[in-house]
Amino acid sequence: MLQINNLRKTFPGSKKEKEKRVVAVNDVSLKVEPGELFTLLGPSGCGKTTTLRCVAGLEHPDHGTITVGDRTLFSSSEGIRLRANERGLGMVFQSYAIWPHMNVYKNVAFPLEVMPRKERPSKKVIRERVERVLTVVQLDHLADRQATDLSGGQQQRLALSRALVMEPPLMLLDEPLSNLDAKLREEMRFELKRLQRDLNLTAVYVTHDQVEALAMSNVIAVMRAGNIEQVGRPRDIYERPSSRFVADFIGTSNFINGKVKTVEGGEVFHVTTDQGDLRATSSMNLTAGDDVVVSVRPEHIVIDKGSVPMDSVGKWAGVVENRAFLGESVDHVVRVGDLELRARSNPTHSLPAGTEVTLTFPESQCSLIPAGD
Amino acid sequence: MAEISTTGRQHTETAGRFTNWQWRRLFSPQVLIIVGVLIFVGYLALVPVLYLLWGTFYDGASITLRFFGEAYSAFGLGEMIYNSFSFAIGATLLSVFLGTSLAYLTVRTNVPFKGLIFAASLVPLIVPGILHTIAWIFLASPRVGVFNKILEPIFGPGTFNIFSIWGMMFVEGLHLSPLVFLLMYAAFRSMDPSLEESALMSGARLPTVLRRITLPLSKPALYASVLIMAVRALEAFEVPALLGIPNGVWVFTSRIWRVLNQYPANYGQAGAYALSLLALTTVGVFWQSRLSKRGKSFQTVTGKGFRPHAMDLAKYRKPATGLVVVYFLVAVMAPVLILLYASFQPFYSVPSMDSFASFTLDNYAYTLTNDQALRAARNSFTLGVGSATTVMFLMAIVSWLVIRTKMPGRWAVDNLTFLPLTIPGLVMGVALLFVYLRFPIPVYGTIWILFIAYFTRYMPYGMRYASTSMYQISGELEESAQTSGATWWQTFRRVNLPLLMPGLLAGWLYIVMVSVRELSSSILLYSPGNEVLSILIWEQWENGQFTELASLGVLMVLALVILVAVAQRLGAKVGVQES
Repeated sequence: MLQINNLRKTFPGSKKEKEKRVVAVNDVSLKVEPGELFTLLGPSGCGKTTTLRCVAGLEHPDHGTITVGDRTLFSSSEGIRLRANERGLGMVFQSYAIWPHMNVYKNVAFPLEVMPRKERPSKKVIRERVERVLTVVQLDHLADRQATDLSGGQQQRLALSRALVMEPPLMLLDEPLSNLDAKLREEMRFELKRLQRDLNLTAVYVTHDQVEALAMSNVIAVMRAGNIEQVGRPRDIYERPSSRFVADFIGTSNFINGKVKTVEGGEVFHVTTDQGDLRATSSMNLTAGDDVVVSVRPEHIVIDKGSVPMDSVGKWAGVVENRAFLGESVDHVVRVGDLELRARSNPTHSLPAGTEVTLTFPESQCSLIPAGD
Repeated sequence: MAEISTTGRQHTETAGRFTNWQWRRLFSPQVLIIVGVLIFVGYLALVPVLYLLWGTFYDGASITLRFFGEAYSAFGLGEMIYNSFSFAIGATLLSVFLGTSLAYLTVRTNVPFKGLIFAASLVPLIVPGILHTIAWIFLASPRVGVFNKILEPIFGPGTFNIFSIWGMMFVEGLHLSPLVFLLMYAAFRSMDPSLEESALMSGARLPTVLRRITLPLSKPALYASVLIMAVRALEAFEVPALLGIPNGVWVFTSRIWRVLNQYPANYGQAGAYALSLLALTTVGVFWQSRLSKRGKSFQTVTGKGFRPHAMDLAKYRKPATGLVVVYFLVAVMAPVLILLYASFQPFYSVPSMDSFASFTLDNYAYTLTNDQALRAARNSFTLGVGSATTVMFLMAIVSWLVIRTKMPGRWAVDNLTFLPLTIPGLVMGVALLFVYLRFPIPVYGTIWILFIAYFTRYMPYGMRYASTSMYQISGELEESAQTSGATWWQTFRRVNLPLLMPGLLAGWLYIVMVSVRELSSSILLYSPGNEVLSILIWEQWENGQFTELASLGVLMVLALVILVAVAQRLGAKVGVQES
């Protein structure tokens, strides 16, 4: 549905460094299939919003190609650049951008009312379409309300319905939930996902909230400093991060430096570290002797009382230094040699400081990322 | 019985209502200063208006409406009101159209040459109104105006007649447009750009976005601008005096001046006209302040900073650029160049090959050595610096009173300091004439009456700068000084004043700049030897000394440019800077 190739966007530098341009989007290429919710995830300044705005036509890229279906929206090589109001894409802004001087109905009817004379539907058809879309987002009973009299969640749904009424081939959402309080955000996550699925919408979603991204997306692209670091399904991104940045940005992770000892086949490697040996999984092409970093999430390390025989692969001895009760889990800080590791367990399984413990590293949950990241 | 006070001294309690200690408190420096300041402010704000009322409604024998009758039968009431309002409405429409368009282009679009617009917005700060008007006479008078001469081969002589109501509207509209620019610039800056971007994403074209989104959302700011400019146009003096009187187009302000400058001067009629004008401007100012309190419904400021996203003008880029360039050439370059040209001429003539050959520096030599000019410069400087310093110092105290204390009636004082805002400069002149012709203080005919006029007129501006600064300082800073044992005066001098200094300095600079350009209050109150610079230019114009006044004007503008540059360097929010 959406195809971006080699997109590049720079901005003029600060007043003091006029010559040095700021690279917001470096060389981004991605593909969104119909019916997918594709998320651009990353910290502020990584270029995700700029990429979205380039697709929308609100920013003028330096280079690249953007196509939706068989329409070329932008092509630097062919000199094509459609203006924002010619692209027919639905966009939901972070601040909702609800027009305060219009009521709910007029806000949603606006995109239909401003269509060129020839294509504009009749008043009756406009009314039908507006009411239909308001019913979908459950705002039909508020059609006459002034837009500013709505609550935050209602305004968000109003912004959504205004974009939906155009029946666009692609929806663009710029951090639509970041202005809502935590509880409402959780509810709206499900709401949005349900809507996207029911209406079979193709959407590009921008957020810095990794929980949101994991919960809602079909595909996630993690971005950093203008580049895409990793693209994949949420589970793959979470369990098989391809770099330290991705492993650290999504959830928390323990990082252990080591070397590949033997290649055991089936993507499993025997890795040796200063603290002990373990087995890890990776799709990278590694040979014995390569430097690697083992990435394993705290909730995947199994922590148990008792000591362990020396030289056990994947089972290490350690001492609990500290623990923190988090309500739904207990975080243990365990010292193994001169390394501090985090292990998370069920609250029933809480071990006080000073306990001698065994940490078990399941090989399918230990991931390898390139050293020197 | 001995009683120990906070300062550790012992006092004896006496029978009676006040102890020694309490009498001391009553006449402590703090109370004396405060009471003194209050009396001073109240006197300055109220007495002129009271005398104006008295002088107009009382003819020495009884309360009467005679002066009103004379004033309005001597000259058609209808015609003068019609002229005043047409002039005000025309100037307002032109200035609001120009100022709003330029502000929108600057804030929200990618139009080129934005630097020119910012430069143009400084013109009213550095070019006195009288100089601006005279420059336009040179440019567009029917017989010798440069623009008319240029168009003569095509349209015949006298295409433009600056000495008409249309000429008045044009010149005043140009003069006011940078003020509208500043107001609307602030308004557009606080508007969320995504409101217009979402309209674009919904498929609307640029004109539709402007019509259905931008304009409705800017309504509060637009209404405010319209009212403020209309009041300013009603109060204007230079333009109606220089452009209207020669053609018999009278408005309130020019009529007041005429009635006081004929022989014998008719104070009663002047008072009648002045009160009528005062009524109109008071309505305007109060209407505007009511609107600004109510118009919060379209508040688009959310407190988060907006990244300015410039909208692409596409096919409107060429006309928009044209507007910017033409505005800069007409509003800034043309008047400045013609004044420069005139200042280097031995006598004024329409620019031609010969006139460029007869370049001379005589005018500058004259101005820089002439006693009158030097005295006028000294007077302007003394009055400017003197009034600015007194105003800022006293308003610092008053703002402390209003904001930091719980003194009863302090909001009445606050309103008193802003009262002079409603009084047009000329009306203030009339009122002060009334006061000091009868009041036994020998101020009439000296420079002190000018000082009183300046102080009264600039009190509101000083108060605004002082209050803004005072609001930003936490009361706890003062309290910690008090718990450390400082007296009120010590606290004020060593804690409040230094912290207020940046705001006070900004106000001081602003008042100096405004007072140097002042004309309408001074013109009724000055006497030989007490001229200020703008008055001197006026006199030279009446005497036909066109080239001398051009050189004086150029020097004035240079001095003001330096002042503005210094002010901006010191961080005073003067005008608007490119970000």
